[in-house]
Amino acid sequence: MSRLCRFFHTPEAIAGALILALLVMMALAAPLLFPGDPQAIAGPALLPPFQDWSLPLGTDRLGRDVLAELFHGARTSLAVGLAAAAAGLLIGAVVGTLAGFAGGLIDEVLMRITDAFQTVPSFLLALAFVSIVGPSLGVVVAAIALGAWTGPARVARAEVLSIRERDYVAGARVIGMHPLEIAFREVLPNALPPVLALASVIVAAAILTEAALSFLGLGDPNRVTWGGMIAEGRTVLRTAPFLSIVPGIALVLTVLGVYLASEGVVESTAVRRSLS
Amino acid sequence: MTRALALLRRRLVGSVFVLLIVVIGSFFLLEAAPGDAVDAYIVSTGGDAGMIELLRHRWGLDQSELTRLANYLWALLHLDLGQSVTFSRPIRDVILERLPTTLLLMGSATALSFGLGSALGIYAGARPGSFRDRFLSIGSLALYAVPGFWLGLVLIVIFAVDLRWLPIGGIEAIASGKTGLTRAADIATHLVLPVSALGFIYLALYLRMTRAGMAEAWRQDFVLAARARGLPRRRIVLAHVARNALLPLVTMLGLQSAQMLGGSVVIESVFAVPGLGRLAQEAVAGRDTPLLLGIILVSAVLVVVINLLVDLAYAILDPRVGASEANA
Amino acid sequence: MTSMLSIRDLSVRYRRDGVAALKGVSLDVETGERLAIIGESGSGKSTLALAIAGLLPRGARVDGRIDWFLPASAGAKAPLSVLPDISPSRGEIGSSVAGALPATAQVGEGGDHSVISPLEREMSDRTEREAKDRQPSALATSHPLLGRDIGFVFQDPSSSLDPVMPVGTQIAEVARTHLGLNWQDAYAKTKTLLERVRLPNTEATLRAYPHQLSGGQKQRVAIAAAITAGPRLLIADEATSALDTIVQAEIVSLIRKLVAEDGMTLLFISHDIALAATLADRIAVLRHGELVELGGTDQVLDAPRHAYTRALLDAHLGLDAKPLLGRRGALA
Repeated sequence: MSRLCRFFHTPEAIAGALILALLVMMALAAPLLFPGDPQAIAGPALLPPFQDWSLPLGTDRLGRDVLAELFHGARTSLAVGLAAAAAGLLIGAVVGTLAGFAGGLIDEVLMRITDAFQTVPSFLLALAFVSIVGPSLGVVVAAIALGAWTGPARVARAEVLSIRERDYVAGARVIGMHPLEIAFREVLPNALPPVLALASVIVAAAILTEAALSFLGLGDPNRVTWGGMIAEGRTVLRTAPFLSIVPGIALVLTVLGVYLASEGVVESTAVRRSLS
Repeated sequence: MTRALALLRRRLVGSVFVLLIVVIGSFFLLEAAPGDAVDAYIVSTGGDAGMIELLRHRWGLDQSELTRLANYLWALLHLDLGQSVTFSRPIRDVILERLPTTLLLMGSATALSFGLGSALGIYAGARPGSFRDRFLSIGSLALYAVPGFWLGLVLIVIFAVDLRWLPIGGIEAIASGKTGLTRAADIATHLVLPVSALGFIYLALYLRMTRAGMAEAWRQDFVLAARARGLPRRRIVLAHVARNALLPLVTMLGLQSAQMLGGSVVIESVFAVPGLGRLAQEAVAGRDTPLLLGIILVSAVLVVVINLLVDLAYAILDPRVGASEANA
Repeated sequence: MTSMLSIRDLSVRYRRDGVAALKGVSLDVETGERLAIIGESGSGKSTLALAIAGLLPRGARVDGRIDWFLPASAGAKAPLSVLPDISPSRGEIGSSVAGALPATAQVGEGGDHSVISPLEREMSDRTEREAKDRQPSALATSHPLLGRDIGFVFQDPSSSLDPVMPVGTQIAEVARTHLGLNWQDAYAKTKTLLERVRLPNTEATLRAYPHQLSGGQKQRVAIAAAITAGPRLLIADEATSALDTIVQAEIVSLIRKLVAEDGMTLLFISHDIALAATLADRIAVLRHGELVELGGTDQVLDAPRHAYTRALLDAHLGLDAKPLLGRRGALA
């Protein structure tokens, strides 16, 4: 509880938490506030914002409600960001723990594979994956996770390398625990904190990658995404630039919220450490 | 110098392995695609079953996967990347055509982001906790949150559409017949916006890293010792703190190259710059899997080379690298 | 013998834990003497050294006075253009001329123990300039400048040198700063200094990086950097504690030689009373931030007044104790 209080000490953390709360509310409230298909035609095309209060942010090129699209886009961004980060962290943690704990040849092989995944630009990899398997939400999540797992893997491995020499691991070995069991029941939980520290960066990167994929037309076509909205708005950039600008602002605020909130977490744990 | 060469040799061997994994991995990944190059070709050109069989045989697509992998690897050794479906030209030629543009874009963006970012970071880190430090810290965080493609569009709206200072896209004025310096100037004007869009995002990264590095360096004992020697503040900041803070950034340059290459895909799309990134998008649109595979390979090689050069540079810059234990 | 430095009722409290590192310490340092400050960890001896040098971290609360009596025109006065911006006297620890200090002075806000805030240096610049204005030029007192009037040698030579700069440059930059030399002359001066501290292979040493030198060699470099500008006061804060025993003796002998040659006043801080006894004329003993013993070396060793001093002497079980205690002064 006290950690929560310390977390909200810095104005940055408070701002971040507020933004994220807003985002979550947007995502959850979308089907309530804007029931029906957000991609349905709601009014005349290219209506500027603040003209018609039933369509507060106006309409896009095809006459769809921009505000509704914005809210529903929040769902996609949040869902993909969290899911991809979770998948990447999970895969990375497992691979890293295996590599660090097993050592030897397995470690070498796994690390070379990690190198390979890090050598190919992750966006290109995601691009290739989505274009091959087909654009859908799950595929996008997998595509992003494919590039995101390498960071956590390295951190997990480094942690495991230092942990596995500790006494409680030797103790577990002595009582005859199976190595895999030791790896995942004793070592991994203790290796997690630094891995989780990467979570915010991965979530932020995932949100931005999803937006870029959607911008290029590789997002899920059945869903509204902010990246897709920006791409749509590009065709009328001269006449209605707000169509591209508004979703972008939403993206910036979202990612900023993630960063600020995570800085707050880092601050609160750091402060605790220096006081102890 | 010898320690740098030894480092190079070790890394080269490792890199070859990694690239091999990349090749094999990509090959099988693209094998997983439903339909193959022939299907894509037929879709655009039309043809009957007999033609499909013929093409499959011609292009070697009716052989087993392993055979095809072996053939591919053999061809690679001869620097043959295969034939592009969409362009009907050797992939190697297509890629080599587009590569210099992307290199120019990436190089300029890196120079911008590293140079300006670290300079601002030093400026902020010279006085930690001051107003300018906090301002730059929050500002860079906000900048880092900006999607590159969106920034590109915003820049286009402001500078190309509203102010009309700069061109909207492309790499140079088409068929203008310019040569030499005027051509270079023309290309430069066209590159200002894409380089800015690509560079500003990573500028935030280098700024933050430098700032953090400075904060870390301030805490070192040799800074206290430098003060004890009465050195002027400027000298301490620039010659001691900044130098120590910037070293890790050099390593970052290598790691960033992969990300920047990915970023260039969207930026080149937004600005219609005919580079490697744009080519990737075209390959995706045309379902040209051999081309996509070739691009991935070339990108991986590029990243490996850049990382090697960066590590070499770091080994030269940091006197502690490769040193044996201090003599007693 | 005139007093160079007069400390009255000095108390230092670190912001972070609020514990008083120094409590009401008063002592005088005579010009040209060699004074050892002995204490165990936590006794406040390093705090005293830092306070004298003006290197206390941000967030240290200082009470009391430190008065300097330095001849105004003595020492190499650097031309204004290369005067360092940093001054050890931050107005709170001022000269007797600048007027009486407020009894309590706050050095600054926040920060952890070892952070030297550049921000606070900013403040010090302004105070230093104001203090200078208030000073009548007639009186023979001036603010001691770090590096120029005070040389400081730290305990750990591995961390007191910049790891990515050649050691020769680290000495030369001090020469440039305080002696107004260009780089070429500064490097020439550096070579002379390296020879003085018995690092004869000067060409190679000039270009060497700290990690290429041994502990003893690094400390010699640090000492060279400290004495570059010909300071009047040399403060050695546990300068030998991080070194091997034989090297320790070498460094002590080096310090003794340099101090004698340059006529410097020496403040030798250590936890090792026997080692200090080979070097010092007077010994001061600190315990829990208080000065418990102060006297001539002979007197303190033979007839210590305080029980704690006696305990320190008894506790020194080294094989070198007897000969050291007997030979004090014989190694001049």
